[in-house]
Order: sequence, then structure tokens, then C-alpha cells
Amino acid sequence: MSLKHDIGFTLNGVKKRVTVDVGMTALDMLRDVVGLTGTKYGCGEGECGACTIQVDGLSMNSCLMFAVDCDGRDLVTIEGLAADPRADALREAFVEHGAVQCGFCTPGMVVQAAHLLATHPDADAETIKRGIEGNLCRCTGYKKIVDAIESACCGGK
Amino acid sequence: MTPIEQYLAPATLDEAVGILQQGEVTILAGGTDLMPQSKAGRLAIKRTLMNIRRIPELKGIALDNDAIRIGALTTITEILNDPLVKEYLPVLADACDHFASDQIRNAGTLGGNIGNASPAGDTLVPLIVLDAEVELASKPNGSVTTRRLPLAEFFTGPGRTKRAANELLTAVRIPLPKAGHVARFFKFGTRPALDISAISIGIAGVIDNGVISNARVAFGAVAPTPIRAARTEEALEGRRLDEATIEAVASAARDEVNPIDDVRATAWYRKELIHNMTKRILDHVAQA
Ligand SMILES: Cc1cc2nc3c(=O)[nH]c(=O)nc-3n(C[C@H](O)[C@H](O)[C@H](O)COP(=O)(O)OP(=O)(O)OC[C@H]3O[C@@H](n4cnc5c(N)ncnc54)[C@H](O)[C@@H]3O)c2cc1C
Ligand code: FES
Ligand code: FES
Repeated sequence: MSLKHDIGFTLNGVKKRVTVDVGMTALDMLRDVVGLTGTKYGCGEGECGACTIQVDGLSMNSCLMFAVDCDGRDLVTIEGLAADPRADALREAFVEHGAVQCGFCTPGMVVQAAHLLATHPDADAETIKRGIEGNLCRCTGYKKIVDAIESACCGGK
Repeated sequence: MTPIEQYLAPATLDEAVGILQQGEVTILAGGTDLMPQSKAGRLAIKRTLMNIRRIPELKGIALDNDAIRIGALTTITEILNDPLVKEYLPVLADACDHFASDQIRNAGTLGGNIGNASPAGDTLVPLIVLDAEVELASKPNGSVTTRRLPLAEFFTGPGRTKRAANELLTAVRIPLPKAGHVARFFKFGTRPALDISAISIGIAGVIDNGVISNARVAFGAVAPTPIRAARTEEALEGRRLDEATIEAVASAARDEVNPIDDVRATAWYRKELIHNMTKRILDHVAQA
């Protein structure tokens, strides 16, 4: 039997209480305990960014985070961004630029892009490329993703 | 692997060192090393898992007399954006800028990078050439005591340090650099982002009228721990940065390191990189 621990946190603006295994990742908690499957498991090692979420306003790999460390914190996942009007421009830009192919990287990419735009409102293409260094995409070749983020960034200039 | 029997998240330093005193504790900070290592079975979490993230005494960057004190829980992103670091320790900011990805920089801490004691840890080489010391706290007989150790002497092997089991790494102290102080960091990986260093180089010194004093040279990923390179420093100390000195220093560097072959690079390639990149760094400094 693995040790369990009760934690409470805010998830996409709503207070949650759950019981988790102490060795479990935040990603497994989101997908298997809470049941929000928008956040993806790619590598489980911090390399691909498919599991990116925001914790207290900062993007992190949920596969590297202990679920117990979510206690008392403010989590935003792709489901939260889907309901957030501030992310409208970003979502629309991804669609318009064809920045989505198979879509597996997309939730992590959009969460990371939202964090990037919040911290660098006037990001240029170079800043955007550096900002998504931790997000792999096997399909698009990144160009369309960078274009999409750039256009959302400057309010679709 | 023994299962975790206890999870604790102390709110004060006093409480945390008290827990360490009971023994069999694994310390958790950002988890970016601990989680993948424990999942892969490379590291067994001990009976008690202690999360130190809620201890305010371990956070923040501040001037402390003639030193800059960086709390162990300070994240790589916080170091990167800190005005004191930018002004006095740009070489550390530079190393943090080449560290993993935004997501990992937001979660990973300085204390975790030191505690993980990887020969390729990216903050270690710049901190060593800046003469950093680690601050360790413990509570052996009912009251908290601290000691300091030079970072250059802290590592004893991959994943191993001189930290005693009852000690918590609380901060790093870096003496304020003197006027004329110059420091450079170079990291080489096989791709630009998210790469573990194949080699890294830190060089620092005070330049006065073209002459170098207080020369410091350190290398990462060429030995079981990050190393300070005494013979390379000797080749630099008291010299002018002319062509002959630069070649002598670069050759001394190549001779002094004794790297291994692994997936990231062969030993031969690492030695050549150390020579060529040491030369390049010094050429740049000489031209500046
Ligand atoms: C994909 C990926 C890429 C990475 N890239 C880089 C890179 O480019 N450069 C680099 O240097 N590192 C890299 N890392 C390694 C890691 O992110 C860093 O070492 C990070 O600084 C660890 O900090 P943490 O807070 O997450 O540590 P944790 O995982 O929480 O802890 C690491 C170790 O230190 C111990 N520890 C933590 N805090 C303390 C303390 N205060 N006192 C005593 N012991 C303590 C823990 O017990 C554990 O053994 C990478 C990791 C991943 C997964
Ligand atoms: S699943 Fe977390 S980075 Fe790949
Ligand atoms: S769209 Fe397929 S991985 Fe990015």
C-alpha cells in the first residue's frame, strides 16, 4: 500500500479536495484522480511539454511535480484556458494558422503560450521560439505555431 | 525500495531541521530531479518525504554585508530575473538562461541543483568561479546551528556531497565581485535547448591594467563532480591576455581534465572542446 495524503487546491478557479498517493505526479492526479484528460502524457521526463500546466501563474511540467505539492496552490489547465476569454485570441490564432495537426502537443503548447504572453506581452518571434523550447511538436515544424503565437501576441496586428 | 511512510511539509526552518534530525528523510524542493529519478528507480525515497517549499526562510535574494545571499528555494527563473544578480553576477544569470526550459526553470531551485550534485549541474561551475559558499543548517542538540563550506569543496561524487544527513542546505553566499571582475560561462550541449551539458567552462578573474589576478577556472561534466582547475588557474594568474598566455591556458585546461566517453560525447571530443572553448572565451575577454 502506498501512502495517501489529502490535499486542497484551486483548479481552473474552482476549489478541489482530493486524496492522492504521495509518490504520484500532478499529471497522474489531474488525469486519473480528477478526470481532466486535456493535459497530456508525452514523455514523463520533462522533455516534451505536453503536460504543461500553470501553477500560481507559472508554467510547469506536471509530470515532474509531486501531486502533494499542489496543496494550497492555484492550478490552471487547458480546460481552464478553454473557458477563459483572455485565451480566445490564442485559440483562434492556432486554428487560423493551422498550428494544429495531430493535436497532441497542442494543450501544452497553448498553456505555455498563454504563460509566455502573460510574461512577455510584446514577444517577438525569437522570444517565442525560446519560450516554447520545452515543448516538442512532431507534426507542424513549429513555424505555424510561432506565427500563431506571434499574431495572438500583438492582438492579431 | 522501501515505501514512503510519512509526508511532511514543514512551515519553518526550525521544524524542517528538527525533522531531519530524526533521520531517514528525503528532501523535496521543485521535484524536477527527484520525480524522474525516483520513477526510474535511480533514487529511492527514504521513509519520510519532506517538502521544503513552504519554508519562507529559504526564499529570496538579498545583499548581506559584502555578499549576495541566494536562498536555497530560489528558482532558476527568479535568479534569471533578479536585479541584484543582473548587476553583480551576470555570469550566473547567463548560466540560468541556458538552463533546461521555461517550465523547468519555473519549478527547479538552486538548492535542488546543488543537492542533486550532478557533474553537469549548470549553476555549479559559475558559482564555483564566483567563490560561492553553501550554508547548511542543522539542529543537533535542540537549537539550530549553521556552518559554511566553499562550494568548490562541497561535492564528493555524482549525487554525493559533504552535506550531513541532518543538514539542510539553506542558502548560497557569493562575495560581491571587486572592481574589474570579469566572469564568463560557456555550456556546450548537442542541441540548443533542454540539453544536459557535454562540457561547461567557467572562468573568472580581476583585470587590472591588462593583468589578471584572482584567476578562477572550473569545469563541468569532465569529472565525477564539477571541478576547480588549479593548474589552469596557475597558467592564467598574473598574466596578460596575449596570444601566448591564451594558448598556454587552453593547453593547460586540456591536460588538466580527464573526462569519460558517454552518450553525450567521447573523452577526446570533450578535451578538444575544453581547449578550443577556453581559448575562445579568453579571446573574447581579451578583445572586450
Ligand atoms: C528535462 C530536464 C532538463 C534539465 N536540464 C537541466 C539543465 O539544463 N541544467 C541543469 O543544471 N539541470 C537540468 N535539469 C536538472 C534539474 O532541473 C535541476 O537540477 C534543478 O535545479 C533541480 O531543482 P529542484 O528544486 O527541482 O530539485 P529536486 O528534484 O526537488 O531535488 C534535487 C535533489 O536535491 C536535494 N535537495 C533539494 N533541495 C535541497 C536542500 N535545500 N537541501 C538539501 N538537499 C536538497 C533533493 O533531496 C534531491 O536529491 C534538468 C532536468 C530535466 C528533467
Ligand atoms: S510528459 Fe511532461 S514533459 Fe513530457
Ligand atoms: S500537432 Fe502533432 S505533435 Fe504538434
